[in-house]
Amino acid sequence: MNRWALMTTIAVFAAGQAEARSLEIAPGDGAQERLQTALLDAKPGDEVVLAAGRYVMDDGLSLDVDGVTVRGAGQDKTVLSFAGQKGAGEGLLITSDRVTVRDLAVEDTKGDGIKALGTDQISFLNLRVEWTRGPDEKNGAYGVYPVSSTNVLIDRVTVRGASDAGIYVGQSRNIVLKNSTAEFNVAGIEIENSMNADVFDNVATHNAGGVLVFDLPGLPQMGGHSTRVFRNRIVQNDTPNFAPKGNIVASVPTGTGVMVMANRDVHVFDNDIDANQSAAVLLVAYQKTFTDPNYNPLPRAIAVTGNRIGRNGWAPQFPGGAELAAAVGGVLPPIVWDGVVTDPRTGAISPETGRMSLADGPVLNLRLPAAGAMDKANPDLAPKIGDAVLPQPAEVKLPAAQAALGS
Amino acid sequence: MIRRLRIGLAAVCAAGLLGAAPAPVALDAVLADTPPPTLSAYRLFLDAQGRRPNAGVTPYALNTPLFSDYAEKFRYVWLPPDAKAGWRDRGVLDLPVGAVLAKTFAYPADLRRPDQKLRFIETRLLIHKPTGWVALPYVWNADQTEAVLKRAGARLDIDVTDQHGASATIDYAVPNANQCKTCHSLMGEMAPIGPKARNLNGEFAYPDGRENQITHWRRVGLLASGPALAAVPRTARWDDRKAPLADRARAYLDGNCGHCHNPQGMARTSGLFLDLEETDPSVQGLGKRPVAAGRGSGDLEVAIDPGHPERSIIVYRMESREPGVMMPELGRSLVHEEGVALVRAYIAALPREP
Repeated sequence: MNRWALMTTIAVFAAGQAEARSLEIAPGDGAQERLQTALLDAKPGDEVVLAAGRYVMDDGLSLDVDGVTVRGAGQDKTVLSFAGQKGAGEGLLITSDRVTVRDLAVEDTKGDGIKALGTDQISFLNLRVEWTRGPDEKNGAYGVYPVSSTNVLIDRVTVRGASDAGIYVGQSRNIVLKNSTAEFNVAGIEIENSMNADVFDNVATHNAGGVLVFDLPGLPQMGGHSTRVFRNRIVQNDTPNFAPKGNIVASVPTGTGVMVMANRDVHVFDNDIDANQSAAVLLVAYQKTFTDPNYNPLPRAIAVTGNRIGRNGWAPQFPGGAELAAAVGGVLPPIVWDGVVTDPRTGAISPETGRMSLADGPVLNLRLPAAGAMDKANPDLAPKIGDAVLPQPAEVKLPAAQAALGS
Repeated sequence: MIRRLRIGLAAVCAAGLLGAAPAPVALDAVLADTPPPTLSAYRLFLDAQGRRPNAGVTPYALNTPLFSDYAEKFRYVWLPPDAKAGWRDRGVLDLPVGAVLAKTFAYPADLRRPDQKLRFIETRLLIHKPTGWVALPYVWNADQTEAVLKRAGARLDIDVTDQHGASATIDYAVPNANQCKTCHSLMGEMAPIGPKARNLNGEFAYPDGRENQITHWRRVGLLASGPALAAVPRTARWDDRKAPLADRARAYLDGNCGHCHNPQGMARTSGLFLDLEETDPSVQGLGKRPVAAGRGSGDLEVAIDPGHPERSIIVYRMESREPGVMMPELGRSLVHEEGVALVRAYIAALPREP
């Protein structure tokens, strides 16, 4: 490159930089109003930069400007404490596109930690969301909570203490969730009513349940499918389920590694799954009544293969679990499937339930005639179920600029 | 002689006032890119205290409004000269660019005497700019002579005597611009909530007499068209004891929950829709299980358990004052006892599941 070309490059770069501003915020008096004002005043391309320190918040924060980055000095250096929060359903609510929140911590929110609603290209990077008193049913439901969003990146996030799911992605599409840690939550990681998610290189430990892939009825987006769960450490999930009743995660047995409910094309592979007392992998149908004719309550086209599965299932915490374990020699095998194949909407056998690839056996197939009918279990222990090679969901690709933010 | 002089002076003053009519509402302030820092700049009111509306600033009321910690609310609509709102059967009337909706929140010293010793807290403006609606909260000063823009919101302690005669401090929240949008949102765009034909379809005591608001708006040129009054839908008044219980309760839920809990609102991902346009009972909450309620479920199984208010999450959340549990999430710190009683009675009267 000749000298003129180099200088031009620098000038263009400098001009580009001059467009975007950095709105600097320091801790101290009036932090709530100063930070919220910055979030209101920011223009697309701006960064709201929070210096290291502890910020005492007395209300929820919100951001509704596209293309803004909210940046702290590190997930243990910039700490937003919401212990004295007087209002709002979450600590930080994001409703705009192309937003990145990074390098900070959110503590002790009254409701959810950080929620992104109806956004595109939302990125959560190097964050900590924590309820500092540890597991407690009075903690907020979700730590990191993108919902009804497209292109979701969650990378190097730690969540502790959520009374529902630590990292929860709901009714969204195109999701990359990696390098993160979820511990001491009811559910560590939950992908719900969502399409195309890659969940990899995470640690889920000391939750009631490690990784959940669910679909629920009666929601604007249903029909969740195509999730890959791989290269995760899903170990020693041993915190007693502390979810308030009524919530679906209250039904997750304490000590579940991976649980798939009412979803399809879910591939679980190359994970370490160990020391979960109820089961390593649990596949179940949605048990409650529902009226929505568009809702499929069965797990189908599920692949569980090539995982390193240690000792799990020695004290299953679901109804009838102890009897089942006793019947198969005291410890449940790696995969437990409720075996419901009848679609309650039609009363007929769902052909999709025949497309299973449960290779990491033995598999305990309870062969329930209907969801939750444990008293009518007709258990069958098989070395594996399904020989079909199910096509793996395609790798999730985020827009290039967003993908480049990740590690 | 002195007396006559006084009368003469008064006549001169009156003539002077007639000769120089008060300046009209400031359209340039209404449409400005950067909103004026003070409320008076709009000239919506003739007096510094914001009590006397300027010409063309029309007061209105809603059949069933949102509960706001027992605040008194004074609503006004203003449209640019010669502009009219277009008719809509559903949703908010089609208010033209330049439209201003003003709402002043005020507290009496004693909640049992709502028309006495009123202190203005804030006046919120919702303005239809060429680029869309914007929400602007103006907070009144202690002298009650001016209100200033507080885009980041504020928290105020307001001392009152409550409806039981006890001293109380209301933790009043002035919403920031984003929080305004939390309620005033349709698929992420700012929008008004109140002035729907069905919620305006009731009488209002205008200075020159009582009149149906739809009729009045048409007569003074605020509203362009629409069906005959008899064909205009009508939201029940939540506190009209002559109206059927279910109509009152559904109107209450519409006014207090339906702005978020509708298919385009901020709570759309919950699948619980409480606007009056919703007709599916399970979507209205009957037997509906929580999705993302967390501890907001209060260990209960469904939003509405017919016949069992004590087992209904809606009641639990209406009775809570705790952030993260209480509903609505914004705009209240007190429990609306009368509203809770209405919703309880409604659920108790629903036929129980066999």
